[in-house]
Amino acid sequence: MKTLTDAWDWLTDGSHWSGADGIWHRLTEHLVLTVVCLLISCLIALPVALVLGHLGKGGALAVNISNVGRAVPTFAVLVLLLLTPLGKYGQGPTVVALVLFAVPPLLTNAYVGMRGVDQDVVRAARGMGMTGWQQLWRVELPLALPMILNGVRIAAVQLVATATIAALAGGGGLGRIITAGFNLASTAQVVAGAVLVAAFALLVEAVFEIAERLAPGWARGRAEA
Amino acid sequence: MTAPPDDCLARNEWICGDYLSTRRQILTDAVLQHLQLTLVSVLIALVIAVPLALLARRWSAVAGPVLALTTVLYTIPSLAMFSLLLPAYGLSASLVIAGLVLYSLTLLVRNILAGLRAVPEETRQAARGMGYGPIRLLLTVELPLALPAAMAGLRIATVSAVSLVTVGAIVGFGGLGNLIYAGMNTYFKAQVLTASVLCVIIAIAADLLLLGAQRLLTPWQRG
Repeated sequence: MKTLTDAWDWLTDGSHWSGADGIWHRLTEHLVLTVVCLLISCLIALPVALVLGHLGKGGALAVNISNVGRAVPTFAVLVLLLLTPLGKYGQGPTVVALVLFAVPPLLTNAYVGMRGVDQDVVRAARGMGMTGWQQLWRVELPLALPMILNGVRIAAVQLVATATIAALAGGGGLGRIITAGFNLASTAQVVAGAVLVAAFALLVEAVFEIAERLAPGWARGRAEA
Repeated sequence: MTAPPDDCLARNEWICGDYLSTRRQILTDAVLQHLQLTLVSVLIALVIAVPLALLARRWSAVAGPVLALTTVLYTIPSLAMFSLLLPAYGLSASLVIAGLVLYSLTLLVRNILAGLRAVPEETRQAARGMGYGPIRLLLTVELPLALPAAMAGLRIATVSAVSLVTVGAIVGFGGLGNLIYAGMNTYFKAQVLTASVLCVIIAIAADLLLLGAQRLLTPWQRG
């Protein structure tokens, strides 16, 4: 119990919130890192997945990348990148590692979503004289959207979690509060940092959940699951 | 004039045979710790997950909270999870194992439950008609039929656990993660690369082993 009250005291101490090591700064770092990496990953993964899904090619690749990704420890990739010349560029290794880990779920979900579109509907669109691009944009993409958005959600939550590990390799973000706590042998700070990180991850999950509930029916689609 | 050292350890190369031969003991110990942490945590998770899944199937009122709770646990980042458990377990191997158990639970409960729910009602009725009691029905019909889905969950849980053990380096019980962590601070390239590659090899080997076990256990699926 003592640890929890200590952690609470640490959290409510105003001086821990301001400054370069403060909670606000770490929170902003975490948020910026997550958003930037999510955008880069979407820009890389989604066009590839949409085109492959439309053509119906490369399915094994899209699915297997996801499985291989799970076997590679995030922490190992971060440290490996840190020791390469890339390590000289501040947040460079962190961004590359995070993008590498966010791409597989985006790729797999978008591809599976595109392939899951009823082929009769696609044939009907073709029968109406739609070109390949029109089929992709106006028929397959809207119908695959629930699966694609689910992939974005998985990627976002994974990014929040992985951005935490970046702190082990000297990157910024909320994880730094935990690693700093370990270095100071301050259990109160470690637990306080962990509570912050867990709350942030759950908040991101909740934001996606709420957005999904508020979205119009055609973008939802997971309701039956 | 100093000649370039002819030793790949001194040149700090990524791939270095001398590293493998001189640090064999350290590497073996790390691999053993890695395997032990993974194995113990996945086994404990399995022992907890099976009854939870059975309860959730028996009483649907239990299913909602059990699934929600395990999903929430899965959302918490690993570094935070290990840190949150710190007051309860201290700097010990049990801390890493407890964290990994909590992660594996989501995957296992979900998959076992999905497998049990997918057993066709006719199959169940046929077994009952042949005079099978509830226990015998569960053990000889339902669980075997739920095995493929459960094994899929077990494979994902094991592979994820192998990779998550590395984060345990923060408390000094990270198996190969300890070597990666130490190598990062000393800029020891050969150590970081060797340990990382070993992690991936362990993950792939475990996955293939479980796949083989699944094929042996479900002969009716081969065809």
